[in-house]
Amino acid sequence: MIDLTAYSPAVQAGALVGAVLLEAFVLYVGYGALERVATPVLERVKRA
Amino acid sequence: MELFGIALATLVLFVGFGFMVGVLFGFFGMGGSFLVTPALLVMGYPARVAVGSGMAFVFGTAVIATLKHHDLGQVDYKLGGLMIVGTSVGIEVGRIGVFYLEELGLASGVIGVTYVVLLGAIGVFVTRNALKNDGSDSSGGGNHEAADEGIDPDAIPDIAKKIQSYRVPPMMTIAGGIQVSLWMVLGVAFATGLLSGFLGVGGGFIRMPAMFYLIGVPVPVAVGTDLFEIVFSGGIGSFLYGLEGGVDLSIVAPLLAGSALGARIGSAATGIVDEGDIKIYFGLMLLGGSIAVAFQQAGDYLGIEVFNTVGFALILLSAFMVSGAVIYSTITTMRSQASASAPSAD
Repeated sequence: MIDLTAYSPAVQAGALVGAVLLEAFVLYVGYGALERVATPVLERVKRA
Repeated sequence: MELFGIALATLVLFVGFGFMVGVLFGFFGMGGSFLVTPALLVMGYPARVAVGSGMAFVFGTAVIATLKHHDLGQVDYKLGGLMIVGTSVGIEVGRIGVFYLEELGLASGVIGVTYVVLLGAIGVFVTRNALKNDGSDSSGGGNHEAADEGIDPDAIPDIAKKIQSYRVPPMMTIAGGIQVSLWMVLGVAFATGLLSGFLGVGGGFIRMPAMFYLIGVPVPVAVGTDLFEIVFSGGIGSFLYGLEGGVDLSIVAPLLAGSALGARIGSAATGIVDEGDIKIYFGLMLLGGSIAVAFQQAGDYLGIEVFNTVGFALILLSAFMVSGAVIYSTITTMRSQASASAPSAD
């Protein structure tokens, strides 16, 4: 884990917001990719 | 056992709770984040951590939702920019209010009571609306997909028409060539920002109808612009609370991971399940949340610990019941559609 306690509160708060933003982007892309992979599989299961 | 410095049981609880909240947000387009701050309050987190972390969670959720709406061209960036100005001021005033009340030792009590009143009022409204329409009408439930279809102009109350008719200069043009007063835009933004800063919510459940009724913004644009605005207001609010140590990433990260998946399932479910079938559960869930916070407040006031436990169980049960109803209805509808479209032997 990155220790930010040595930095000013503004840097720490900015890093927190940045971390949430980064997580949101990663989740959007990651779950989007998962959805593209899973949808055809689910469709096949539904039709079977 | 710990993972990333968090007890595994807590991590699973947050991911699971986030998933349920995500299903609700994806399906109803609102209301999910409204459960997070009360849940954290009931779990015993200090008011500033509950509100700050709730706001950071709303920020992350709004980023994901805005990315989708941007692709659909439903964001008015000029209106959104102005809303950000008014909302930022409102959030700062709300945040100062929370910290002032915390110094007086009244923050949890006042925020809790505000939640009880707001959740209770909206819960009664939605439940009454659902019972009146008996599931036949999907308007007014806050579903973004349904809202995108538009609202009959006759459905706009006279008072809203009257407010829209006031033309206090300077006027500005928004999406669809509609002329609106700059002061009205800033006033709505400030009022909803105040609520966001005070309660740690996105404020979309009030801002979206306010933009439509008070400013006259077309519904699809109101939805997209509202989400865009929440990205900024949530980001600014998270930063301000983060300055004071009010954002706990070990709460926000697992909640967001669960909610992002849940929101995709909830969004997909809107195309399968009739919202009217579920809306009554949504209203009851809000009422359950209201009662849960009331229990927590009573527990704190009377010093009865079991009331806190009952409150927490009620919040979890309410979210579980409604998100479960959405998933169950989706699966049963898909099954019946599949059996109906299966080739017959005849």
